[in-house]
Amino acid sequence: MSTTRLTREEIAKRIALDIPEGAYVNLGIGMPTLVGNHLPKEREIFLHSENGILGMGPAPAKGEEDPDLINAGKEPVTLLTGGVFFHHTDSFAMMRGGHLDIAVLGAFQVSVSGDLANWHSGGDAIPAVGGAMDLAVGAKSVWVMMEHLTKEGASKIVPKCSYPLTGIGVVKRVYTDLAVIDVTPRGLVAGRLVQGLSFDELQRVTGVPLVQSGKRAAA
Amino acid sequence: MVNKIAEGPEAALADVRDGATVLVSGFGGAGVPEELVDALIEQGARELTIVNNNAGNGEVGIAALFKAGRVRKLICSYPRQVDSHHFQAAYRAGRVELEIVPQGTLSERLRAAGAGIGAFYTPTGFGTDLAKGKETRIIDGKGHVLEVPLHGDFALVKAERGDRWGNLVYRKSARNYGPTMATAAKVTVAQVFETVELGKLDPECIVTPGIFVTRVVKVPRQARKIPAGGVTQGISGRAAA
Repeated sequence: MSTTRLTREEIAKRIALDIPEGAYVNLGIGMPTLVGNHLPKEREIFLHSENGILGMGPAPAKGEEDPDLINAGKEPVTLLTGGVFFHHTDSFAMMRGGHLDIAVLGAFQVSVSGDLANWHSGGDAIPAVGGAMDLAVGAKSVWVMMEHLTKEGASKIVPKCSYPLTGIGVVKRVYTDLAVIDVTPRGLVAGRLVQGLSFDELQRVTGVPLVQSGKRAAA
Repeated sequence: MVNKIAEGPEAALADVRDGATVLVSGFGGAGVPEELVDALIEQGARELTIVNNNAGNGEVGIAALFKAGRVRKLICSYPRQVDSHHFQAAYRAGRVELEIVPQGTLSERLRAAGAGIGAFYTPTGFGTDLAKGKETRIIDGKGHVLEVPLHGDFALVKAERGDRWGNLVYRKSARNYGPTMATAAKVTVAQVFETVELGKLDPECIVTPGIFVTRVVKVPRQARKIPAGGVTQGISGRAAA
């Protein structure tokens, strides 16, 4: 099975191709940032950065960095023509007020009912939440991008999150290195399995019951 | 004649007292009023409550406040960066209290303070550890958490340009918390790289109207290092948060 897994760039590409023209999108720090590298050039998509940017562009050329123009991960970025700056409260009004179409977030765990755990690994780690909870409740659609399994091989899709929660019932869709899973009223619907992976194999490694895309749930 | 332009950072911060709550603008290294924070360290006030998005980086700015043992409490959203070691050491040793606030709630609590709002309900954080002990309410079927305003005794903000009435404009993503924090404190001190004659700032484009600003301090523009990039790598150079 390991040979069929998608790389992070391949997951990012899948997500990028699913973002429609005209969408207002926030890419979370870490893995979701990769999605920005794969957005189709012919589509106009608005990237939002929590620190006050809409129409965020790619990283600048070496030597062109501006310390006053950074993304949520504090890395230098650029502004697209037509892009705009605004202050924090306006920025979080966009996030909390339901104005963003899609937030792509990393996760430690997602539960069967769409609970999200992505801000705190628990234990004695110093807690740090940033804008995670605001995006989780505020975006119209929350998509999670993560590896299907932990390094130890445990499913990150779980009956109930054991890590501290970021939001309850907020996740709409999960993109993993094995499949795309929609959180629906009839359960977790798995589709777009990677090449060579059967539904039964996916079910075997996943911690909760899945419904095969295109099939009816078992009674 | 009204002239809010102060002689320098020292004069602008002379009346900060021990135990004050100080709002400090900035996100990562962008928008941090570094010269004002340096002057606050020089000034010597202790037992401060600092409100900032982060917890300082490296050896300077807010990090230096922790190093000097001036901070009793930090209210922030994201203190976990590799080079926030002065905060982390103080926190682990129990010398500083930490209040973690979701970033949008932090910003909105500041806004509420500036706008005279008594409290507000937000869905952010409902059902999480950060809502523990707070009042909650179901509104339109959705869980909400009651949050209270966050007032400052002082706000230290960084802007690009200002005039003697205290009108301010900012630069790029360095704007971040500045405009909101400016509204939320009893005394707001803005550091700017340029002071201009009245009328030189386009009234259609002024971001912070002077009513929110008590003092304006001009500081020299100096070459700043580019952020090294990355949450885990933190920020290099003089970047303070």
